Amino acid sequence: MSETTTSTVGPVEGESLYDVDHPAPVIEAPRARTKKTPKSTRTNFELYGWLFMRLSGIVLVVLVLGHLLIQLVLDGGVSKIGFAFVAGRWASPFWQTWDLLMLWLAMLHGANGLRTVINDYAERPNTRFWLKNLLYTATVFTVLLGTLVIFTFDPNIR
Amino acid sequence: MATPTMDKVDDAKPAAVPSPYITVTFRIRRFNPEISAEAEWQDFPIEIDPKERVLDGLHKIKWETDGTLTFRRSCAHGICGSDAMRINGKNRLACKTLIKDINPEKPITIEAIKGLTVLKDLVVDMDPFFQAYRDVMPFLITKGNEPTRERLQSAEDRERFDDTTKCILCAACTSSCPVFWNDGQYFGPAAIVNAHRFIFDSRDEGGEQRLEILNDKDGVWRCRTTFNCTDACPRGIEVTKAIQEVKRALITRRF
Repeated sequence: MSETTTSTVGPVEGESLYDVDHPAPVIEAPRARTKKTPKSTRTNFELYGWLFMRLSGIVLVVLVLGHLLIQLVLDGGVSKIGFAFVAGRWASPFWQTWDLLMLWLAMLHGANGLRTVINDYAERPNTRFWLKNLLYTATVFTVLLGTLVIFTFDPNIR
Repeated sequence: MATPTMDKVDDAKPAAVPSPYITVTFRIRRFNPEISAEAEWQDFPIEIDPKERVLDGLHKIKWETDGTLTFRRSCAHGICGSDAMRINGKNRLACKTLIKDINPEKPITIEAIKGLTVLKDLVVDMDPFFQAYRDVMPFLITKGNEPTRERLQSAEDRERFDDTTKCILCAACTSSCPVFWNDGQYFGPAAIVNAHRFIFDSRDEGGEQRLEILNDKDGVWRCRTTFNCTDACPRGIEVTKAIQEVKRALITRRF
């Protein structure tokens, strides 16, 4: 049999790259479970992650809808937002807490959701590793930067 | 002269019984690694009574048209769970699906169940599926001495896990799960159903161990409750409900 044949099925040529002794690779499923699949890690991380998604989701409904209502609907809508508006709000510990809570919950909720998506869709171990690395870096950066701004905000900056 | 004769045969011939046979096209996903690395669809027009099952159609093709068509079947009566396949895009048992019920006007597509390695035509490698089943320890675990008589159980206690005893391990649920399609490390619905069967059995004492196994990153928490498994189960097991009950058991155990 010639090794240069390009067609894999050759009804006309009558030749195929594959025969009984040289079968084609079977169509493998991604990440199949084997005997060597890592056994239980004995942590409750996934349980807490699952619970966190539900609880933070409920809290976020109130926080985000309230946020949108205040920012975009009440008191003249979006046109009122400016440096002075933000400075005025962050003078109150109530709004500081609101925004801080919203930042942390939304970022962690979103990050955990994306982690789930990566787990579900990325097949190759390397892809999973790098996508998750990127995700965690972005999350930590945003959360820290946001927290820093909320706590060190200076209304007299120029 | 009592010799039986056939002289009434003409009178007995019915006037015009319409033929029950219709022409149905079976569009089957063929894969043979000894011929080609690619899988491809192949159409088989067959004359068949629409009250027959899809499995009868496959038999007709294999026995009369193309002997190389490869599929699994054992009992052919919906108990052994060998012939789960994707028929018209939905996982079913070929031996429990009547042709008339799945619109024989159009070609009926038949392919191997998804998420498992295809070996040939409709035959998949079931090893990862059974590995997940083994990993949840699907057997009675008890402590102490064996009783001299049978282990008694009340009707209510038996009822608790009745639904999940119906599983025939056909893999229709696991191979309908989108999480399993992309990540075979997930235990899959069938393994969780069979863990459920023992976790909620009052005679069993290995529930803690099984819950611990399913608490892992590839356990019940990966379930997205898409209900594909419940729709696919040929035994009518409420698979998603069983998975949720395991989740609830894990949470109530913790808090």
